[in-house]
Amino acid sequence: MTTHYLVLSALLFAIGGVGVLLRRNAIVVFMCVELMLNACNLAFVTFARQHGNLDGQLIAFFVMVVAAAEVVIGLAIIVMIFRTRRSASVDDANLLKY
Amino acid sequence: MQSPAEIVQHSGGVIGVSWLMIALPLLGAAILLLGGRRTDKWGHLLGVLMSLGAFAVAVASFVELLGLPEGERRRGMSLYEFIPGMVDLGMLVDPLSISFALLITGVGSLIHIYSIGYMSHDHDRRRFFAYLNLFVAAMLLLVLSDNYIGLFIGWEGVGLASYLLIGFWQFKPTAATAAQKAFIVNRVGDFGLLIAIFTIWTTFGSLAFRDLTADVTGQASQGTLTAVGLLLLLGACGKSAQLPLQSWLLDAMEGPTPVSALIHAATMVTAGVYLVVRSGAFFEAAPTAQLAVTIVGVATLLAGAIIGCAKDDIKKGLAGSTMSQIGYMMLGAGLGPAGYAFAIGHLITHGFFKANMFLGAGSVMHAMNDEVDMRRYGGLFSVMKITAVTFVIGYLAIIGFPLLSGYYTKEGIIETAMHHNPVLGWLAVLGAGLTGFYMSRMVFMTFFGKKRWADDAHPHESPAVMTWPLIILSVGSIGLGAFLVLGNRFMTFLSPAVGLPDPVPTPHVFGVGTAALATLALVAVGAAFAWFRYGAAEVPALAPRGSFLTAFARRDLYGDALNEALLMRPGQWLTRIAVFFDNRGVDGLVNGLAAGIGGTSGRLRRVQTGYVRSYALSILFGAAAVVGALLYVGNM
Repeated sequence: MTTHYLVLSALLFAIGGVGVLLRRNAIVVFMCVELMLNACNLAFVTFARQHGNLDGQLIAFFVMVVAAAEVVIGLAIIVMIFRTRRSASVDDANLLKY
Repeated sequence: MQSPAEIVQHSGGVIGVSWLMIALPLLGAAILLLGGRRTDKWGHLLGVLMSLGAFAVAVASFVELLGLPEGERRRGMSLYEFIPGMVDLGMLVDPLSISFALLITGVGSLIHIYSIGYMSHDHDRRRFFAYLNLFVAAMLLLVLSDNYIGLFIGWEGVGLASYLLIGFWQFKPTAATAAQKAFIVNRVGDFGLLIAIFTIWTTFGSLAFRDLTADVTGQASQGTLTAVGLLLLLGACGKSAQLPLQSWLLDAMEGPTPVSALIHAATMVTAGVYLVVRSGAFFEAAPTAQLAVTIVGVATLLAGAIIGCAKDDIKKGLAGSTMSQIGYMMLGAGLGPAGYAFAIGHLITHGFFKANMFLGAGSVMHAMNDEVDMRRYGGLFSVMKITAVTFVIGYLAIIGFPLLSGYYTKEGIIETAMHHNPVLGWLAVLGAGLTGFYMSRMVFMTFFGKKRWADDAHPHESPAVMTWPLIILSVGSIGLGAFLVLGNRFMTFLSPAVGLPDPVPTPHVFGVGTAALATLALVAVGAAFAWFRYGAAEVPALAPRGSFLTAFARRDLYGDALNEALLMRPGQWLTRIAVFFDNRGVDGLVNGLAAGIGGTSGRLRRVQTGYVRSYALSILFGAAAVVGALLYVGNM
């Protein structure tokens, strides 16, 4: 009964992962990360329903809080990088290397 | 045969404060070294005062000792528990140690006074006196200590003072090298002494002379006793410049002349003889070790005499003679109680006449702009009469001119050796003949014959502060031998400390035995030969090439060459092998490992591309691998 939800969750996670790996625009990469987090949330909620307890739902709330905090900091960083380097491409910010 | 007396615990009186003898010069050295340049003005006076103070305490202790009954003349005092319950440091005032103390402080004080004049132009005179005081303190600790630990501390102390004083003019590379050589060669001897002390401790459980009587040492096995004896002899050889550790003494003449007189003629180099006599309880129980002592003594007395025959440097000639005379003392010390009194007696008279001659040589050098080559002297008798007369008195004493100091003490050693073993005796007689030759050569080349001075030389008599010590020492060179030997005065005085031989020899005013007459005849022949070669004949200003024997003697019997070939070169090879192993082996391993790790990391760091997405990909793979592993483990 819950299989469809899990399949949807896996699909969303995969789309998010592919987006993180393939897209260059930092904003899009960031949104793909959010997509992966929410795919996880969906899986948590589904498992909570399946097992009949509230643990999964609880953790989903934690994930939302963390995601919100991450958005605040992440967007700030992206804006700062854009201001200094005139670009939001993740491949342009490659100074920290060997 | 009478054994040494028991050591009696002492308190009170002058002997009770005899530690002042050591403390005063030590205090002087401390003040002069710590005070630095502030004490420059009066430093030499303080040094002399401290030395005279020690001499006064020594004389007072000696008088107090004479006031005691003969059997109670060995006074011991505990001062300090070095290792509680095991080793006490204390003083032992007995006839043997007080004889040394009187010689050290008496001759030492005269040399201190002489140095005021000799070093007056040296702007480091204060440091010189500080070291001299340090030496006197260490030497007194050596002879007054009541155990081997204190003796060893003094032993190292005099070694240090000797090193500092040989290298006193450290701006001269030769002096610095000579100081190091003396120190390093002495280390070999000290090693022997240390092992001997360890062996005594493990075998007998005590290092105090009080416990190590003949009864105690008699209990040990012959092997142990011989080992202890030979190791002590090794120590004595190092300090007393005996074969095979003789090579440092000739180079030690680089030091200022008063140092040569005090340390390298009168006192420190005789410490080996003291050690052998003080350890009599071991040597008397180990005939092999005793034989080794006599052989070393005879070999050195001949070697020193041969070296002395060829040296043109007046101080080196005297140094060869010192080696030779200490050889006589060693020979005497190896003959047991019969020889002890003569060995120590010769040591004391030698302290006088050799210090006398060394200071005389210093006076000549002072007059001749520090020239030491005797081929540049000649005819000095008329310009420096006091120095010349006192030097000649010392010379007559050392060659054993009848009725002078050296005659009685050296004759005693030769007679005893002859009685003990004719071979040793005749070799000692031969040595006496050589002494007659090389000392006469020295006197004729320096004070008589034609003037061969450098153009800018204006010789003059030295100031009174230098000549008075010479006069006092020459008085000792004349009368001391007869005073000590006739009537067996010194033998009886020493007997509580070293025992008495059986039968007690009867000394003559003028010996008429075969050995005595043969000695006199050989000395006369030697002196006459020297007169024809160096007195009557012209002395060339440049040394002639001479026979191979002359070259042999000039190069110190190839002692340095031998050390170099036997010890130094193999040592260098060993260090080269060690360096090679270190560079190639140890360093190779360490450097190889480091280079390997460095190279691998250099390649690995290329993974850090700076592209966030590649990191994300590796995180994905990592996460997939973890999940895969968990699934695999979960399904097992």
